[in-house]
Amino acid sequence: MEYINIFVKGIFIENMIFAYFLGMCSYLAVSKTVKTAMGLGLAVIFVLGITVPINYLLENYVLKEGALTWMGAEYATMDLSFLSFIMFIAVIASIVQLVEMIVEKFAPALYGALGIFLPLIAVNCSILGGALFMQERQYTDIGQATVFGLGSGVGWWLAIIAIAAIREKIRYSHVPAPLRGLGITFIITGLMGIAFMSFMGIDI
Amino acid sequence: MSEVQEAIVEKKSEPLFSKKNRKLISDPLNDSNPITVQVLGICSALAITVQVQQAVIMSLSVLFVLIGGNIIISLMRNGIPDRIRIIVQLVIVAALVIIVNEVLKAFLPDISEKLSVFVGLIITNCIIMGRLEAFALANKPGPSFLDAIGNGLGYAWILLAVSVVREIFGSGAISFPGMGQVKFLPEGWFIGNGGFYENNNMMILPPMALVVVGVIIWIQRSRNTKLIESH
Repeated sequence: MEYINIFVKGIFIENMIFAYFLGMCSYLAVSKTVKTAMGLGLAVIFVLGITVPINYLLENYVLKEGALTWMGAEYATMDLSFLSFIMFIAVIASIVQLVEMIVEKFAPALYGALGIFLPLIAVNCSILGGALFMQERQYTDIGQATVFGLGSGVGWWLAIIAIAAIREKIRYSHVPAPLRGLGITFIITGLMGIAFMSFMGIDI
Repeated sequence: MSEVQEAIVEKKSEPLFSKKNRKLISDPLNDSNPITVQVLGICSALAITVQVQQAVIMSLSVLFVLIGGNIIISLMRNGIPDRIRIIVQLVIVAALVIIVNEVLKAFLPDISEKLSVFVGLIITNCIIMGRLEAFALANKPGPSFLDAIGNGLGYAWILLAVSVVREIFGSGAISFPGMGQVKFLPEGWFIGNGGFYENNNMMILPPMALVVVGVIIWIQRSRNTKLIESH
């Protein structure tokens, strides 16, 4: 039950885009058509689902105060948490590289769909944001962290698909010239965010 | 070392505030503003603009990381292999961000608490990576420094504008460090004191940041018509 709750929360209530604005840069740049938005959205789900649990292990067995106890009693007071930014970003960048190579070798079809988006993802704020939120919220086991990663990914995917569909249609409407493109996308995202706020308080 | 000397020689031959170099600072303020035109660094711009105080601290942090990153990468630009440049950039930026984070934690603990994960997210702030890729990798330290200042200030004024609007309409006052809350309307006007004015709580909610930025883009593009997109 706890897992479903975290998953639903990640999609609707603590949506990466509408509640925290994470990954806005690629969200605005790649949302011109539904097809490319789909590719990037799936890549984000994939990478968040892998990197959040790995960073969870890193946080709990290397970085946190007392996390190094397994190496011996003299390490019990070590606190490496000031290194967490550099460790997380290094893990994310290398995992993205690794995933890219593995997918290219074993699943060429998937690579065709995700390929060009994977390198973009290393600098997508939502991935690092996922790791940092995981650290801040202190999930109790790796299952919760994985579910949180997947849920946030699905929330991000939902947001980018929705805005891409709206942007495809809005081309046929009469938008004031200075608002065209970026301006109207911002305002629509704001309105969607207000709509998503009505999910607040859902608890399964 | 030769790099540094080169930069000094270059500065001598070309005055620091020549027309070309002034443009590096003034362009990002309007024509190529990082947020409203280049669409870089939106994430943090929106999330921390509830209060002016937070926005100022965030802008200063970004300015520091941007200047440091631009100068370091620009000094190293001939030694970085092309294939691993993203990792090199990320590591340098992450190191600078760790410095910022530790300083904030030590001297401004309550603001550091409010900014929470967004200080860490400066690492993936697209302004930093974007300017490193587009400018510092191909230019000498002097111009890179000016480019960093220009883009940092371009980012800062949008942040400041959004946060001023949101804090005034959302809380009816702006809180400055050491001065408490400064109200702009007479106390008697507020509805709690029998007046007619009520704060617009919607401005404090996250989605309104997007709408405010949208309106700023609208105003900017209607004054500067060459920025209008076809679709």
